[in-house]
Amino acid sequence: MDNMLKITNGQAIARASIPLVPFESFFTSLSTFVKNDGYIVQFFAFTEEDKNFILAVVRNSDLYVISTEVGSIFQSLTGQVSEKFHMFEREVAEQYGLRPDGHPWLKMVRYHPNYTGYPDVFDNDYAEEIPGNYSYFQVKGEAIHEVGVGPVHAGIIEPGHFRFQCAGEEVLHLEIQLGYQHRGIEKMLPTMPMKRMPIICEAIAGDTAIGHNLCLCQAIESLAGMQIEPGASITRCIALELERLANHIGDLGALSGDVAFNPPASYFGRIRGEFLNLLQVLCGNRFGKGLVRPGGVAHIMGEEQRQLLRDKLAEITPEIEHVCDLLFTAHTVLARFEHTGTVSKEMASDLGLVGYAGRACGLAYDARVAFPTECYQDLPANSNKVTDGDVNSRAWVRREEIMHSLQLITMLLAKHEALMEEEKAVQTRPVNLAADSFVVTVNEGWRGEVSHAILTDRQGDVQRYKIKDPSFHNWTGLAMSLRNQGISDFPLCNKSYNLSYCGFDL
Amino acid sequence: MLKVIQNRIEQGCKTSNYPLEPINLYHRYRGLPVIDSECSLDIVQRCADICPQDAIQVEAKTIDLGKCTFCGQCEVEGEGAFARFSEDFGLGAANRGDLITQGTLPDLAAHSKQEFKKLFGRSLQLRQVSAAGCNSCEADTNVLNTPFFDLSRFGIDFVASPRHADGIHVTGPISKNMRQALLDTYDAVPSPKIVIASGCCSISGGPFYGSDEIIGDLNSLIPVDLYIPGCPPHPLTTLHALLKFFKQG
Ligand code: SF4
Ligand code: SF4
Repeated sequence: MDNMLKITNGQAIARASIPLVPFESFFTSLSTFVKNDGYIVQFFAFTEEDKNFILAVVRNSDLYVISTEVGSIFQSLTGQVSEKFHMFEREVAEQYGLRPDGHPWLKMVRYHPNYTGYPDVFDNDYAEEIPGNYSYFQVKGEAIHEVGVGPVHAGIIEPGHFRFQCAGEEVLHLEIQLGYQHRGIEKMLPTMPMKRMPIICEAIAGDTAIGHNLCLCQAIESLAGMQIEPGASITRCIALELERLANHIGDLGALSGDVAFNPPASYFGRIRGEFLNLLQVLCGNRFGKGLVRPGGVAHIMGEEQRQLLRDKLAEITPEIEHVCDLLFTAHTVLARFEHTGTVSKEMASDLGLVGYAGRACGLAYDARVAFPTECYQDLPANSNKVTDGDVNSRAWVRREEIMHSLQLITMLLAKHEALMEEEKAVQTRPVNLAADSFVVTVNEGWRGEVSHAILTDRQGDVQRYKIKDPSFHNWTGLAMSLRNQGISDFPLCNKSYNLSYCGFDL
Repeated sequence: MLKVIQNRIEQGCKTSNYPLEPINLYHRYRGLPVIDSECSLDIVQRCADICPQDAIQVEAKTIDLGKCTFCGQCEVEGEGAFARFSEDFGLGAANRGDLITQGTLPDLAAHSKQEFKKLFGRSLQLRQVSAAGCNSCEADTNVLNTPFFDLSRFGIDFVASPRHADGIHVTGPISKNMRQALLDTYDAVPSPKIVIASGCCSISGGPFYGSDEIIGDLNSLIPVDLYIPGCPPHPLTTLHALLKFFKQG
């Protein structure tokens, strides 16, 4: 760990201060780190003057950065050290054409040609526009059958392909192939003018518009040395919590619908809309698009908006409590939720699950507590009681987080009201970013740890933009949840995670 | 059981009476822009410069609602002198050209095909296809099935199989990786069929315009019958467009 540099969430540093170590010591340091309760926040490649580099940001109770130079092949950490690297190394291979040697299952992540023009690591022909065109892992045996689902699913939902290997009803293995939503965001962002960046980041995953855009704006603010007003910070936190509430409540409703208990499904479906409407009260858009901008917020929360929020919360908090009670005490619901899709704490930690998926397995990590941004250091933390790793735990964590977020918003509203100074709304303006700098930002979006990283070049232009949605860690958790489950439990397990396709596909 | 009844009483009936009674959206919502054609070109130019979507044509003083994300920056920049966004959520259009607007849109009910009204006016089954949509468009379409909007009371439903559908409702900028699946879904819908482009992504590429991983304009792949602007379209924008296009006039 000695050769890693400790860094602070959202604080830009000079690129020259990032340790650049030989690959062997990069390998050993990261191995030791992740084996001792360390997790990966970012692990990505970039090129400079025809040389390839890998940069890693890792966390325990602090954040650290380390980098190394690699040739077109490097020793895989996944194979020898930990599964935590598996998706990141595949991504490096796909984006930069660098081969992690010894990776146990090297396949594409999103299905696109690499940025460097190196020979394709996967021997894909991208004239064929089908990510699912690949020989899936297969279980062989007389009684084994295979079920393929998607990309187009039976509902209003994003596309992705699921391939199940089953013995009768029992799933032996689930392989998830995404990439259908790939829009080339990381590749396009460095070429974009500042005015387009927040709009794009709000559309990385529309259900996490606030979470992702916060990561962008904090990164820009740090690189451009912008200060934000306390009122804007509070508004940002309220928006992030409203986003969490809308999604958690929607998911509890959907879980209820999946076990055919319809009353909470309709009630939560409607109540979710109330929270989207509150985001619309703040900024005119039900997903909070257009609210957070570099330097602050584009819409000031005034007494009128505060009052609307307060009144609505007072009205629906008891309703939420009652519907939760209805859902969580129904025996038919518990019979389906409990012991379904279980992932052990050990497995969750091996995979590096984050957010409620991790917390439901007993991994307490919450970026709001570990690396607080905005006003989170002044707010109380949440804790979870039910952490058995099953659907029930993932539902319970949501329930607890719903109650916690409602409490946070009440506190934030009081804080905002007590502020004295006048706030000013901001617009996106061109800014000068610090040259040769690096910044990483981490926020606890509703699904878990959202992180963005920016490297600027000598001119202060964005050279590399890296995005990580929590789904990048957690899709593997869903696959593991399905091991030895009935295939009919797939919708329920899937909903208990409710991962992002577009956030993963970028 | 008692809890089910108690909750049922507490929840009451939440379904809106729209379209019999109008709904007023909160004033911060940004719907159809009101454009001042007298506005000086300097101001329009400033608005065009700040527009992230390249949606403002300076000389013509128009906004292209097929590109616009309704971010509202032009309203702030010009202090409303060029464009102000009203709470009017009726934004659907039958022709792409109509979306390039000086603040008015043709009456949608009068511009939809009579044949569609006859065929689908009483029952319309749609297959939703997300083609790289960011999940805001999808979520705010899904919301039409919640009790407040209760889409099925109009005889409109989203169905699981394209074989059961009368048309497709497409969201997202159409990634290259979804192109084939989208076309397959379209082909699986029996004719005559309807194509709806929902959200600025499927109309113009939306926030992702210029990316070489997307197609952008749905109409360049298959003929679009109905455009629903927004980022995402408000559920009422979608509802309004569906009712006008298929049921009224
Ligand atoms: S509201 Fe539309 S036209 Fe105005 S700046 Fe935003 S994208 Fe451009
Ligand atoms: S139009 Fe806007 S909300 Fe809809 S998919 Fe595109 S980015 Fe998302």
